[in-house]
Amino acid sequence: MNELTVEATPENIEVITAFVDEQLERYDCPMKAQAQIDIAIDELFGNIVRYAYHPEVGSATVQVEVVNEPLAVVITFIDQGKPYDPLAKEDPNVTLSAEEREVGGLGIYIVKKSMNAITYEYKDGRNILKIRKDF
Amino acid sequence: MNIEKTQNGTEVTLTLSGRLDTVTAPQLEEKIQESLEGTQKLNLDFENLEYLSSAGLRVLLTAHKAMTKSGGQMEIRHVNEVIHEVFEVTGFLDVLNIV
Repeated sequence: MNELTVEATPENIEVITAFVDEQLERYDCPMKAQAQIDIAIDELFGNIVRYAYHPEVGSATVQVEVVNEPLAVVITFIDQGKPYDPLAKEDPNVTLSAEEREVGGLGIYIVKKSMNAITYEYKDGRNILKIRKDF
Repeated sequence: MNIEKTQNGTEVTLTLSGRLDTVTAPQLEEKIQESLEGTQKLNLDFENLEYLSSAGLRVLLTAHKAMTKSGGQMEIRHVNEVIHEVFEVTGFLDVLNIV
């Protein structure tokens, strides 16, 4: 397992994405899965950047692990900010017209739909969000 | 992300390349804002766009509403498979004009 800890700032979304992509390329992750994982990073690390420590700044750790049977990547996002379970939120209504629509909640919904598993726990003062994507 | 703008009368085409995400979405928002006035048709060409996240959806929805409100239209072209799936699961296929 590899991990990287950075300040939860917008600029570091790119740093985390590059870090994860580097691991994925090593395991010949298909391009489509990689793009979906990159989107998930933007949504999940982006949420930490926006909300976890607001208005302060804190750090976040991202762990990447490739597992077998099935071949998959497991990525864990850890922060010590306010307890926040993104999975507790109701799914957005995706059938509304342009006028009625709000974009809130769509990010986590995209992640739920494109990953094979997503779990959340709050433990020892830390938000721990884990996603799994099968190759 | 890189945005290339071409104008043909009242028709504006923005060609995007790279990634439309939390960090780059404000760039597109700004480019669209400065392109709205006098524009009847706004085309967004996604041929070289790798993917977009919900931050990008937010900008697209705002732009779509602004164009519709002013009697114009917005069209999105050359959407790849990953982006198409994002539009599909979020219901944006039915909201935006994707050709």
